[in-house]
Amino acid sequence: MSRIHVTTTINGDETEYLCEPQDTLLDVLRDELDLTGSKEGCASGDCGACSIMLDGRLVCSCLVLGAEAEGRSVETIEGMAKGEELHPLQQAFIDKAALQCGICTPGILVAAKDLLERNPDPTEEEVRYWLAGNLCRCTGYDKIIRAVLDTAADMRGAA
Amino acid sequence: MAKDEFQTRQFKVVGTRVPRPDGVDKVTGRARYGADITAPGMLTGLCLRSPHAHARIKSIDTSAAEAMKGVKAVVTRADFTAEPEGGENRDVLDNVMAGEKALYDGHTVAAVAATSRSVARAALKAIKVDYEVLPHVIDVDEAMKPDAPVLHEGRQQESVPEGYSQNVLARSQYGHGDVDKGFEEADIVIERHFTTAATHQGYIEPHACLATMGGDGKADLWCCTQGHYHVRDTCAELLGMDTGQLKVTSSEIGGGFGGKTTVFLEPVALMLSKKSGKPVKMTMSRDEVLRASGPTASTSVSIKIGVRKDGRITAGWGDFRYQNGAFEAMNGALGAMCGFAPYDLENVRTTGWEVVTNRPKAAAYRAPGAPMAAFAVESVIDELAGELGMDPIDFRLMNAADEGTKAAYGPTYPAIGLKAVLEAAKDHPHWNTPLEGENRGRGFAVGFWFNFGGNTSVSLMINGDGTVSLSEGNPDIGGSRASMSMMAAEELGIPYELVRCTIADTASLGQNDVTDGSRVTFAVGLATIKAARHAIDIMKARAAKIWGIDEEAVEWVDGAAQPAGPNAGKFEPMTLKEIAALASNTGGPIAGHFEVNAEGAGVSFGAHIADTEVDPETGAVKVLRYTAFQDAGKAVHPDYVEGQMQGGAVQGIGWALNEEYIYGEDGILQNPGYLDYRIPVASDLPMIDTKILEIPNPGHPYGVRGVGETGIVPPLATLANAVSRAAGVRMTSLPMSPPKLLAAIKASKG
Repeated sequence: MSRIHVTTTINGDETEYLCEPQDTLLDVLRDELDLTGSKEGCASGDCGACSIMLDGRLVCSCLVLGAEAEGRSVETIEGMAKGEELHPLQQAFIDKAALQCGICTPGILVAAKDLLERNPDPTEEEVRYWLAGNLCRCTGYDKIIRAVLDTAADMRGAA
Repeated sequence: MAKDEFQTRQFKVVGTRVPRPDGVDKVTGRARYGADITAPGMLTGLCLRSPHAHARIKSIDTSAAEAMKGVKAVVTRADFTAEPEGGENRDVLDNVMAGEKALYDGHTVAAVAATSRSVARAALKAIKVDYEVLPHVIDVDEAMKPDAPVLHEGRQQESVPEGYSQNVLARSQYGHGDVDKGFEEADIVIERHFTTAATHQGYIEPHACLATMGGDGKADLWCCTQGHYHVRDTCAELLGMDTGQLKVTSSEIGGGFGGKTTVFLEPVALMLSKKSGKPVKMTMSRDEVLRASGPTASTSVSIKIGVRKDGRITAGWGDFRYQNGAFEAMNGALGAMCGFAPYDLENVRTTGWEVVTNRPKAAAYRAPGAPMAAFAVESVIDELAGELGMDPIDFRLMNAADEGTKAAYGPTYPAIGLKAVLEAAKDHPHWNTPLEGENRGRGFAVGFWFNFGGNTSVSLMINGDGTVSLSEGNPDIGGSRASMSMMAAEELGIPYELVRCTIADTASLGQNDVTDGSRVTFAVGLATIKAARHAIDIMKARAAKIWGIDEEAVEWVDGAAQPAGPNAGKFEPMTLKEIAALASNTGGPIAGHFEVNAEGAGVSFGAHIADTEVDPETGAVKVLRYTAFQDAGKAVHPDYVEGQMQGGAVQGIGWALNEEYIYGEDGILQNPGYLDYRIPVASDLPMIDTKILEIPNPGHPYGVRGVGETGIVPPLATLANAVSRAAGVRMTSLPMSPPKLLAAIKASKG
């Protein structure tokens, strides 16, 4: 089967890869580029563990074909920290114990970052509905919601 | 007092909320889970799974698949020539690769390894399996009937009386006193029948592994598991290998909840690697996880409880019929042991039944067997409190087990925290704030779990710069590396940041039992403390040597050796760092270790309060407020204790309200995906408030009890009691999904 050549931008770096027509962007990120921070929990867009930003829009990378990334901009969890400096959400998740097993954490962080960029002052209900597409089985969401709300308040204070 | 028993002390590190050592890895995507690793020349392995609930495998033709370009190995049961003669591993092999029969929808019948996923998928389609479809049975009560389709011939144990299907593999009985006499003494007797649906642990990370086996018979396995030593032992037996030739490394684990305490893909991947001579990676899809990995038992339970008008329970009786999927398990026995465990009963009798059906083999799920039992017993307790006109907590307090109570399942309790938990709930603002509004109801229930200890081996190395490397052999599923580092730092008297805890592979430590039974903080914590004490003894000896005094004349205080008293001599204390720096000149490297089959795990009790609102138009339930109380013995890292309580509560809420395995008439699972098997999402829930109680476990130096499992025991009953009150109709069947609840409301209104 002939493979498709794709040129795209991932976390700010121009990247090339070959993929099969049926490969999802998640397959490409994980298997071709070794960006395994995005996780496959369901491959059907129901768990959100593979959440990434595609041209500034929050998507499940399991629902995007690898070939569709041609000429576009992809941001993954691997691009969230700037060097040694964690994003305030990443730091808050550690400080406030907002993760247990951690498998859902990359997707939740990507989604939560997008929320705070759109809405710096969300209510608890808004956070809960925004993250309703990101399944977590360990935490019961409590400490995740608190970490996002506290980070939002801190970031507003710092702005 | 023996050294390892609980002693009151002032903690410096234990009880604080330090950052976890794996935090940065997990928030940056750097952490490597089961599916996150590759090997040079790696193949992709996939399983072919039965499309039938019950079928005889007449033949399997793999020739077309084997002939395909890129296919490097095809494996069927015929390749597993080192069959275990009996015992648990015979069932494990039958489960990971079907023998004469496929026993459930999704049962693996063959597997392939190929150069790409697309080739492997095509190869699966090229395998021809000739099935003779057999009648199947899904429901537990149906499976017990003498004329039910039989899964296994000749496996019924002598404990099962005549008149039951051979699907009933075992019966176990517990209790004491005379329940008939007890019921005669009762003023009120309530008997009810309950059912619960099978649910899945629902870990977000599907099973995954990478196996490499060379022609020399040596093999390495990387996998997400709750117990890599168990994986090693099981795989070695299934492949006819010497245990020492298989090294298993546990990856980061993306949730388990009991479901990763066994093997599924691992022996198959090893066999594919053996046959192909190449590394083989296998990952399950979500569909495969739901169809073929460990759900819980579904249950059918009868409970009868009698009380006197003064509120004292005179007798409790229970019949716990659990289906364990296609193979033997002991969920029914565990249910029969746990149901009445919170109560001090003169007369109690319970029976547990283990039944097989054409479903995937039940795996452990967080306090396996107990939540369904608590649902049934606590529902009747709630109803009795109503009949008596008593407060539900007061009624339980009057009958609560305490130190010295003979438990319904046999032993006599040492110090336990049930009454403290009940008192805390009774005093809590949640319980004392009236719940107002239509269609609303508050529920309360308690739960019990045993907790376990088990085989544990820990090593603790004092590095030359005064830092500490700690090795344990249990996968860190919820922050245990933090807890172990904290206990080591506490005992050594050094800052937490100086300790780094690593999960060692199977070649690096002695046997470590599976991460189950909420055993890790208790047993591995115990071994860590003892390993630290071992290292301290060595450091004291080194200081004594330097000072030229007796070892007995040295004591360890605040991270340093010092003379034990004025008669020992006058020397400045030597810190751990100073002693470590001189190790080469005083006898060589300093390391402590400890190996134990830990006993003394303390039982744990929890209680939950839930406020719910029922929509009478749709049957949908909204959880308005939730509070969980639990005895942790000692909360080493309170954040992660709360996290266990919150996570358990929410899994229980899902079990109570939504989650269920739905089978068609054909015995095929109808909802093998997260869209239709719906676990709670963030917008379904309120905050889960927690209250940690600390009634020290006498069997642990710091008083630690396991905390991982108890939190899922009360919520099924808590929600049932709340929803029953809100809807005005007693709900006895889980899940209380909108259609079921709506039908119950309509039926109750005639």
